[in-house]
Amino acid sequence: MSAFRALIGRDLKLAFRAGGEALTLVLFFVMVAVIVPFAIGPDRPQLTRLAPGIVWIAAFLSMLLGLDRLFRNDDEDGSLTLLRHAGLPLEAVVAAKVIAHWLVTALPLLLATPVLALLLSMSWAQWGQTVLALLIGTPALVSFGALGAAVTVGLRRGGLIAPVLILPLSIPVMIFGVGMLDPLAGSGATLFLIALSLVVTAFSPFAAALALRVAGE
Amino acid sequence: MTLASGHLGSLGMAAMNQPTLASEAFQPQLSVSGLTVRRGERLLFADLLFELKPGNVLLLRGPNGVGKSTLLLALAGIVRPDAGTIAGAERTDLHLLNYQSGLKARLTVSENLTFWQAMNGASGLTVDVALDAVGIGGLGVLEAGYLSSGQLRRLALARLLVSARPIWLLDEPSAALDAEGEALLGRLIDAHRQRGGIAVVATHHDLPLVDQAGVETLILGGAA
Repeated sequence: MSAFRALIGRDLKLAFRAGGEALTLVLFFVMVAVIVPFAIGPDRPQLTRLAPGIVWIAAFLSMLLGLDRLFRNDDEDGSLTLLRHAGLPLEAVVAAKVIAHWLVTALPLLLATPVLALLLSMSWAQWGQTVLALLIGTPALVSFGALGAAVTVGLRRGGLIAPVLILPLSIPVMIFGVGMLDPLAGSGATLFLIALSLVVTAFSPFAAALALRVAGE
Repeated sequence: MTLASGHLGSLGMAAMNQPTLASEAFQPQLSVSGLTVRRGERLLFADLLFELKPGNVLLLRGPNGVGKSTLLLALAGIVRPDAGTIAGAERTDLHLLNYQSGLKARLTVSENLTFWQAMNGASGLTVDVALDAVGIGGLGVLEAGYLSSGQLRRLALARLLVSARPIWLLDEPSAALDAEGEALLGRLIDAHRQRGGIAVVATHHDLPLVDQAGVETLILGGAA
């Protein structure tokens, strides 16, 4: 367990030392929300109606942007090979890295959502629900992302292929994530998003570890 | 030279401070039979057979590209052999040291080492003692990115010391090391063998090992 924590701690430390990387994602997230009102016009009711969808799109795109970092650096400096001899099984190594990646790429976005709420004239109730939806949905996005990153870690231009690979997988997350915010949808969408997120988060370390083992050969 | 013997002294002292470590000898048994590895279309080696007992060192020699590193990766369980069996090389029993050191330039020297100690188990020397033992004792607070390649190699060697594991797989361990560093490497391998450890070393240089008994050489690729 201490090895698990040490790995998360190292990845967080590296993310903060590298300085702007996590900040870049947040900036991108906010920027999408800044340009949308200019693109679709300053019609407040319309903005409010579109706001949840825009937040999801912004979150999805900025998380795709950070995806490549998940395994590539560790692959290039040999850490990934050496981690296969660690006291932890590779599946646990992947799980720790996914958790760290969520903390670095998804949590800052959640903290930045109040800015988006202001820019997109969301009500506070709507904002609260959006944060809840992101909180449930982003682990699924990160987990699908880990899968894409693991499959493409051996490819030189994998950074471009991984998003294309995981796009179809992530669409259900988007559908139910936005569906949660529909006042007519009831709790069905919420429950389905929770189920989806739990299943993906539980399975992705095994699938990603398998992909990494094959990539190592 | 005086500096070098000082480092050896601190290593010996550390072993005395931890009696469980000194008394707990390794009992590894690494046996390989019928090992055949292909890379793509190319057959690197076929039907390799050897057995290593506690205290043995196997030197892998041969020209570049003949499969020395691949053999080490196969022993490390990274590359799957096409045929044959490798027995005794459990995942958590071995240390792999190759040209990729797994060290992060943005972490300090001690942070790097502490991380690998946490990952591989704190069964060996403490971080400070291990850094002293490889001769970079004063550099713990420095970011690893500032180290020279020889110092990085010493830090990579320190990773083998903080977690005690019976099998060392070393790929060109003396690369980037100075003469004093090579002597240090020889002493570390000797100390490892005295505790019953096994080392498989791919190298172009002769290692300065004190005791040549139990040192075997495997020449890959026919005439080397």
